[in-house]
Amino acid sequence: MAEKVLMKGNEALAEAAIMAGCKYYFGYPITPQTEVAAYMAKRMPKIGGTFLQAESEVAAINMVLGVAACGKRVMTSSSSPGISLKSEGISYLAGCELPALIVNVQRGGPGLGGIQPSQSDYFQALKGGGHGDYKLIVLAPASIQEMVDLTFKGFDLADKYRMPAMILADGTMGQMMEPVSLELGEVKEYAKPWATTGKATHEGRNIINSLSLSPAQLEEWNINRYERYKIVERDEVMYEEFMMDDAETCVVAFGITSRVAKNAIMEARKRGMKVGMIRPITLWPFPKDALKKAASKVKNFLTVELNMGQMVDDVKLAIDCSKPVYFYGRTGGVIMTPDEVLNKLNEIEKGEAKQW
Amino acid sequence: MAKTTKILIAGFGGQGVLFTGKALAYTGLKVGMEVSWLPSYGPEMRGGTANCSVTLSDTPIGSPIVDKPDVLIAMNLPSLEKFYNETEKDGYVIFDSSLIVKNDVRDDVVTVGIPATKLASDNGLDGLANMIILGKVIKETNVLTLEQVKNSLAQMVPAKKAELLEKNVKAIELGYNY
Repeated sequence: MAEKVLMKGNEALAEAAIMAGCKYYFGYPITPQTEVAAYMAKRMPKIGGTFLQAESEVAAINMVLGVAACGKRVMTSSSSPGISLKSEGISYLAGCELPALIVNVQRGGPGLGGIQPSQSDYFQALKGGGHGDYKLIVLAPASIQEMVDLTFKGFDLADKYRMPAMILADGTMGQMMEPVSLELGEVKEYAKPWATTGKATHEGRNIINSLSLSPAQLEEWNINRYERYKIVERDEVMYEEFMMDDAETCVVAFGITSRVAKNAIMEARKRGMKVGMIRPITLWPFPKDALKKAASKVKNFLTVELNMGQMVDDVKLAIDCSKPVYFYGRTGGVIMTPDEVLNKLNEIEKGEAKQW
Repeated sequence: MAKTTKILIAGFGGQGVLFTGKALAYTGLKVGMEVSWLPSYGPEMRGGTANCSVTLSDTPIGSPIVDKPDVLIAMNLPSLEKFYNETEKDGYVIFDSSLIVKNDVRDDVVTVGIPATKLASDNGLDGLANMIILGKVIKETNVLTLEQVKNSLAQMVPAKKAELLEKNVKAIELGYNY
């Protein structure tokens, strides 16, 4: 195995993108994701790629759309307020059926918010930050190794299903350093006969467009796209189970929160409480079946998030509200301690907690 | 028995808080430990409060956020006041006694002051109080050995900045032998 190196999440993610064959990056600086752009600025010229600091986030996402239409791997990154600005372009990418990778290193919101970590853009990523009927593949790394692995995977999935993918990270994942292996394997190439690469390279005209003035045609496009989404939901779900074998309470958490929860679960186990965790790695497709299966065994669920309660709705839907679901969250950039999660677990055990 | 050491380094921005953490994390990596390094980041480059969580472990690390340190390195008074009582029982608190006066100490933690800032200026090592404290931390806690930290520093500092390495090593040894 290759020697592990100590890297910051933002830089490791940027290097992984380059290793995945991404030669085009368009962005605009914003804390806590700026190191992605800084790293790309340094590396792209050396590999014959393009780094461009756009005049705004809106410009950057539309540059992404242009390169994606040419069939090349392309990426942009930002943090929460910047992703709001990019949302129109993300909807257009989805409408044009174009693969691209968008990285959100989340910070507290709404509005300009703060610069500390948050997971409050779950709804934005999952329920459509932009308009129209569309989905994003949403990947939630919980370590620097996953920042790397999921970036590599994100480009692959985007190409495979011809749709935009998003890395939904947070400030801690961007700023933290951990040992990481950059041995990522072969990049899989996908044929892109639809790409606008000029008449010399393909028959007839290739047109990339999201506009249709015929309702019947637009409906057909949407239905066809949702047929593809079904395949993604069937084949691409990723999650981790932690101490679920005999668990009576199932914690559901993603990203940094899952790591805080893990400490709380270890402590709870020491006290004889039977707690486990399901950690979604893909937020869309959401691990519905795993949760449903867990619901037949556990007594209750506790969703832990860095927001006012967002993923918790999807947990309730996944299990058809068949078991009590509780929620614990901190927001605005505050991160809960393992003790706070443990307290909530105690309240649930004593029957003192209020259901979501 | 699994061994995990949670280290919290806290001070003003510009005191080398993050680099001290990096030296610990990088050394941990080089000797085959699981490590994590997490800064609490502020918008300002200097003068704001900076702290850095480092975890060294022989098992995979859960939360990288250190809220109750086994080892607290306090480089200014606000940091010591904020985290002293959060330090785990039987833990270590190492602070810069040129900048901090501490009279009431807990009897369930090892509290050690070292006049790092004064030692640095007396020995022509201005700006390296952090490395002096690091030397003391290694001596007191045995979380890593002096040799291990010196070896990894040699790899962290680029060859063309050899004089920096020499000064850093001198500072660490000064703290270690104080």
